[in-house]
Amino acid sequence: MPEPILRFDKVNMWFGNDFHVLRDIDFEVAHGERIVICGPSGSGKSTLLRCINRLEEHQQGRLFVDGVELTDDVKVIDDVRKKVGMVFQQFNLFPHLTVLENLTLSPMWVGKLPKKEAEARALAQLERVRIAEQAGKYPLQLSGGQQQRVAIARALCLTPKIMLFDEPTSALDPEMIKEVLDVMVELARQGMTMLCVTHEMGFAKAVADQVIFMDEGQIVEQNNPAEFFNHPQSERGKDFLSKILGH
Amino acid sequence: MTATTFDPIAARPAPAKTSGAAEWIRANLFGDWTTGLMTLLVGGALLYAVTHVLSWAVFRAAWLPDHNACRVEGVGACWGVVAEKYRFILFGRYPFEEQWRALAATLLMLCLLVASCTRAFWRPWLVVLWAVVLGIFFALMYGNVMGLPKVETDRWGGLPLTILLASLSITLAFPIAVGVALGRRSNLPAIRAVCTVYVELIRGVPLISVLFMASFMFPLFMPEGFSIDVLIRVLAGITLFAAAYLAEVIRGGLQAIPKGQLEAAATLGLSYWQTQKKIVLPQALAMVVPSIMNNFIGLFKDTSLVTIVSLYELTGALSLAINSDANWRPFKLEGYLFIALIYFAFCFSMSRYSLWVEKQVNKGQAR
Amino acid sequence: MTRRPPPAKKVWTWRSRALRGLVYQLIAVLAVGLGVWWLASNTMHNMQVRGIQSGFDFLGRPAGFDIGESLYEFDSGQPYWRAFLIGLTNTLRVALIGIVLSTLLGTLLGVGRFSRNALVRGLCYAYVEFVRNVPVLLQLLMWYVFFAEVLPTAADAWTFGPLFLSKGGLSFPIPIWEAGHLWGVSGLLAGAVLAFAYRRWSFRTFEATGQPRSLFWVPLAVFVLVGVLGWAAGGAPAHFNSPVKGEFSIEQGGSLTPEFLAVVLGLSIYTAAFIAEVVRAGIQSVVRGQGEAAAALGLSPGQSMRLVRLPQALRVIIPPLTNQYLNLTKNSSLAVAIGYPEVVSIATTSLNQTGRAVECISIVMLVYLTTSLTTSFFMNWYNRRAAIKER
Repeated sequence: MPEPILRFDKVNMWFGNDFHVLRDIDFEVAHGERIVICGPSGSGKSTLLRCINRLEEHQQGRLFVDGVELTDDVKVIDDVRKKVGMVFQQFNLFPHLTVLENLTLSPMWVGKLPKKEAEARALAQLERVRIAEQAGKYPLQLSGGQQQRVAIARALCLTPKIMLFDEPTSALDPEMIKEVLDVMVELARQGMTMLCVTHEMGFAKAVADQVIFMDEGQIVEQNNPAEFFNHPQSERGKDFLSKILGH
Repeated sequence: MTATTFDPIAARPAPAKTSGAAEWIRANLFGDWTTGLMTLLVGGALLYAVTHVLSWAVFRAAWLPDHNACRVEGVGACWGVVAEKYRFILFGRYPFEEQWRALAATLLMLCLLVASCTRAFWRPWLVVLWAVVLGIFFALMYGNVMGLPKVETDRWGGLPLTILLASLSITLAFPIAVGVALGRRSNLPAIRAVCTVYVELIRGVPLISVLFMASFMFPLFMPEGFSIDVLIRVLAGITLFAAAYLAEVIRGGLQAIPKGQLEAAATLGLSYWQTQKKIVLPQALAMVVPSIMNNFIGLFKDTSLVTIVSLYELTGALSLAINSDANWRPFKLEGYLFIALIYFAFCFSMSRYSLWVEKQVNKGQAR
Repeated sequence: MTRRPPPAKKVWTWRSRALRGLVYQLIAVLAVGLGVWWLASNTMHNMQVRGIQSGFDFLGRPAGFDIGESLYEFDSGQPYWRAFLIGLTNTLRVALIGIVLSTLLGTLLGVGRFSRNALVRGLCYAYVEFVRNVPVLLQLLMWYVFFAEVLPTAADAWTFGPLFLSKGGLSFPIPIWEAGHLWGVSGLLAGAVLAFAYRRWSFRTFEATGQPRSLFWVPLAVFVLVGVLGWAAGGAPAHFNSPVKGEFSIEQGGSLTPEFLAVVLGLSIYTAAFIAEVVRAGIQSVVRGQGEAAAALGLSPGQSMRLVRLPQALRVIIPPLTNQYLNLTKNSSLAVAIGYPEVVSIATTSLNQTGRAVECISIVMLVYLTTSLTTSFFMNWYNRRAAIKER
């Protein structure tokens, strides 16, 4: 069996002394797998995602990204961040840079690519999220959906092996959610390994290989989407599903 | 049920007139009886004050540089003092026949300041321009090159000194302030502590004590036999002082950068310094340009304190000019009003400009 | 069962962030330490070479100079430390009075910017722009010239009722202390207690029955009334020590020197312009929606101001206002330029007499640092208490 691209081994994390956010997290992600993580707010799903590229530091257990253990080592962190692309709820585009500059920033300054190549790569990624015509604009001139697609393209410019999505559609107006999900679905079809925190159950059903349901810092259930949505095993899972699908 | 169609209704003017001069006066001066009464009272007092001030400052004023004319009974303001002493006030003890150099240097600095406030000049080479202009300024003022006679710094004074102190100290303070502001936001406790202590220490004491330190204690701080010009010492004092205040302004800008920006930069693999240089500082500094301008205005006014440690900038030069001449000594107030006008012209135009910049910045945010 | 986090385990390899952070900090602390040590050793050496004495022992020696004005007696035979004490009290006196005056004036000007009367608005705006764009030192000098040179001599002093204003300063009557005043003071104390009790009682009835009662005007009336009653009971003593115009000066009564007047007036007028801006910004900061919400709940404009808008505006106003108070206190050091004997002026005189620059300047800095740090300590405490609780 090939080495999984991501492996959590009894990972624990605390905020301060009292708040135990992640409790014995234990799972693996294979190459090309698509995972959707869901759960009530405060259940630790965003924190879990943020541990993967060291935006948060886990205190106990081990976490392997592409076979390398994530430690305090500066070089390891740099390497891992090059392999992991991340998309945020609030887009976090750099408002003082144009769309193109947002995309070429990392390839040029971290990847040391010449400007021409970086721009070619950026335009290719913009093409992929179908927004190439906006390259010269500033982020705040775009709609929320367009901004989020730029953010996805920016992460893709790192040529990552894994993409992390932290509630990518929660800050969007309803009519813009679809354009972002379409891009994500397409990305999944092309075989990208993806971890996605989202409440978009339609998306989960359509593309996820596995659904992880978290509550109070723990993984409560891990199953394929059909099983999870139709026959949740745990009381908490049932309760959660009834709340978000109730209307 | 029939389908409703959308019939646009054309815009019509409001029934009552809400614009025009008469309407404005009614609404703003005589809205109700309290407002009307207030208008009459304040307006009356204002009229009284303005007529008296005008009569003193204009109609009964003596304009010629003749101090006897000023002493005639019933004469108002004596602007003759300005007519007589303006060169001394503007240039201090700078040698009389060399004052064209001080004038040229001042004009040059003013052009530089105006250029620095113009967006088109906000390019990396502005730094080079500053260096060049400052070089020319010193060459002009100090001389000893190209056949210009040497003028020691202790004879510099008046407006050139004021402008030099203000602009040079804020320029030098800027990099220090950026460093200290970043230090105060660092997650390394020792560095944070050092920067915090510096800022709080300086901000806790009045500028004058820093100037006293520069003038009395700096000589003791330096190795034996190493002496620095008093102008440089005072400049260093003002710079350290300004840096602490500027650092707080910049820290305000840094704090306003959302955390998500830093996280996004981190996930892209940017290093600490790359993040600061490419992401944080450009946004933070653009946000605080108006506050930096206000800081500069404050500094410009504060340079007047150097007169207390015997550097004769505008305020000091005036005292020197008038105290040294018994004929004009009774007319000090007019002299003060004259330089107050100069300070006002500078500071007011700068504060107007900073308001304009602020509007631009806000517009940029709302884009 | 929640578990506690394990003790932080750090990896001390060369490339670990923990070690790098430690190294950076060590370098910073070392650099600062070395710098301070270098300056200190230079200073020591220089003082030795130049034969400058050091130490604070001079504070016990007779000062040998007189002080123009002080709250208590001082003559040149008294020690330096008493001179410094007088400087300190003079600084605090100017600062306290300046703070009160500038707050009153500044609040009026700040609120005036929202007047419905365009003339008032314009006047407040003009005041702020004119006053804050001229250096405070220059303003102090101008006021000093006005008080000490432009004003007529004592013989032709301007007279406003019992007040005299001349080159010699402002003279005013002061009440002569009599036994009957004790009744007045006790009356005021009793009035304060009664007013407070009434306020509490009306608050309770308001909470119990919903019946609103005056929380300000009635207690104020009670306070004043009982005070006046006490004073009348004491025989209504009203003897004043009034100033009299003498040949060369105004005699008797209380008086304020031109230096003091120039400093207090100059600082108050200057700082008021800044306080006006602070107040204006504070009022503006309360979003319109808050006033609209209060109106929608049926509060009257007065209630909306008192219960909704003012508390929120104050939260914004108080921190910068404290900053202005500190600025005023620090600016009072400029009084040295016109010869008002506050702490900096005493320090410079002592410095010139003893040559102990380091000590004298340190004393000045210490005085101001203590004031500033105490104030910011209380401010932080207040801000923590007043901060709107958010998640």
